[in-house]
Amino acid sequence: MADAPLIRVERLCKQYQVPGGQPVPVLHDVDLEIGAGELVAIMGPSGSGKSTFMNILGCLDTPTAGHYRLQGRDVAGLSADELAALRNRLIGFVFQGFNLLRRVTAEDNVALPLLYAGTPHAERSRRARALLERVGIGGHARALPNQMSGGQQQRVAIARALACEPALILADEPTGNLDTHTSGEIMDLFTQLNREQGLTVVIVTHEADVARYARRLVRFVDGRVVYDGEVPA
Amino acid sequence: MKLVALPGEAWRAMALNGLRTGLTMLGMVIGVGAVVLMLAVGDGARHTVNEQIRAMGSNLFMILSGASTSSGVRMGSGTKPTITIADAEALAKLPSLDGVAPVQSQTAQLAYGASNWSAQVYGVTPEFLRVRDWALEAGQGISDTDVRSAARAVVLGQVVKKELFGVDDPVGQTVRIKNLPFTVVGVAVGKGQSLSGRDQDDVAFVPLTTAQSKLFGVPFPGTVGFIMARAKSSELMDEAEAEIRQALRQRHRLAERDSDDFTVRNLSSTAETAATTARILTVMLGTIASISLVVGGIGIMNIMLVSVTERTREIGVRMAVGARRRDILLQFLLEAVLICGIGGTVGVLVGIGGAWLVSDLAGMTVVVSGTAILLAFAFSAATGIFFGYYPAHKAAQLQPVEALRYE
Repeated sequence: MADAPLIRVERLCKQYQVPGGQPVPVLHDVDLEIGAGELVAIMGPSGSGKSTFMNILGCLDTPTAGHYRLQGRDVAGLSADELAALRNRLIGFVFQGFNLLRRVTAEDNVALPLLYAGTPHAERSRRARALLERVGIGGHARALPNQMSGGQQQRVAIARALACEPALILADEPTGNLDTHTSGEIMDLFTQLNREQGLTVVIVTHEADVARYARRLVRFVDGRVVYDGEVPA
Repeated sequence: MKLVALPGEAWRAMALNGLRTGLTMLGMVIGVGAVVLMLAVGDGARHTVNEQIRAMGSNLFMILSGASTSSGVRMGSGTKPTITIADAEALAKLPSLDGVAPVQSQTAQLAYGASNWSAQVYGVTPEFLRVRDWALEAGQGISDTDVRSAARAVVLGQVVKKELFGVDDPVGQTVRIKNLPFTVVGVAVGKGQSLSGRDQDDVAFVPLTTAQSKLFGVPFPGTVGFIMARAKSSELMDEAEAEIRQALRQRHRLAERDSDDFTVRNLSSTAETAATTARILTVMLGTIASISLVVGGIGIMNIMLVSVTERTREIGVRMAVGARRRDILLQFLLEAVLICGIGGTVGVLVGIGGAWLVSDLAGMTVVVSGTAILLAFAFSAATGIFFGYYPAHKAAQLQPVEALRYE
């Protein structure tokens, strides 16, 4: 399985069951492969299923039908705890709303995945500080989220995503709450991580400017992949 | 390793909501404090009763003469002198009894120097103090020689000693009882109040023979006022009472159809009633206090449920970065247990403080037992686990994607 792509999605379907109603289909027969080291942008209008797709990729949600293989391993049969372990070791999340723990310092936010990985306290602290340094806010280790700007908070979130040295970074509208200038800085950071460390990055966005940073674009409409290829200039 | 980190997470969550955590804890503090205090008061009451029982002497019988009838009017127990010294000697041979003391008592005026005092004067044999488990503070008791020679010797109770001598040592001094000089040979220790509220120390003891021949006189020679008897053990009480009754009926030559011409009083039954009452009191107070502990526990559940709802996103984030269900469950459970543990500890201190206040202000005896503290503490920890589990379980069962989407 060494030659298997990092992500392989086959005939993936997702339906939501509305209580007392017909099931609402969100994804139809999605086939997609993402190799290690790619930087992919996923675009599409609201309700196109791109966030749902992202949640399934992140093992936060499970498909109704079809297969999702992460590093060649089908995640369908895994228990909640096994999925948690996968998220911890293989996947780093970056959210639109940052999702940092309030009133918890930047350092401790970054160390959170390490806490669940069972890393000892001193090592957690050391790694968290190094990561903050790497994303360019080494001086803010003791700062609380509400004492930082949006860009800084997103950098903390990226550092947290990197904490357990994952294979895959999933970013859902990472620049949605940021101004153009800061968005550029954050996207530069993603491309840098992708280029320098070969990290696979998948970014969901609806901004064409953001998508331009990627080397591949996947476009969703009504739960189907309608475009997969070069990012149009 | 992961478990070591969890208390820190739970503690942080508690600290972030200081006021709420504090108020929830207060419920626990009051609950545990109430349990400790109530049990202390209940145990105190029981302790007091037990003390009184011990002071009165245990397994005691009082054998009184029967009632006399004068022109159709029945005069009550002890009015017909049927109990004799010979009866007492006979009872002393009963196998179930280990002490029999005939007594003749009456109120008399005692005087020493310029002070005088009226007290119950008991004419007794040496057996009396032994039967009553009554120790001496100074000097000696009434001896056989005193009884045989009808000596003018007297042993003073604490109240009499205080009234006549104040702080001075009365042993060797001469007091006058009904104007007759008596030498004080000893002082009995204090016994406090009896269960009926009578001061047992407001007494003086003289030899039985002296009391009968020199102080009070006897209506019929050989009779005594009453007999105190002690059974060998509390299990033998019923047997002893039957033996006494049978022996006396035989000695008094009572026919089958005659009713007893004496009364046998079991003094322990009063004590047992009091002890039972105190026990019921303890259980009742404990139950009431437990209810407040349960209310405190429900408060914890309430707050934890609110906390879970409020922190749904946080739970989602934790799950997204790799927290397993067990991690989330343990974190919230630990929070509830910590609240209970700290609340319980403070509650125990508050309970002890409260008990001290009650004993100080109300002058009641309170007994803070280690068992009560342990019980209250264990109960509070159990409350934390019991009422914390449901919210924690609810948090752990959240779907990560739904938790993250929660606004």
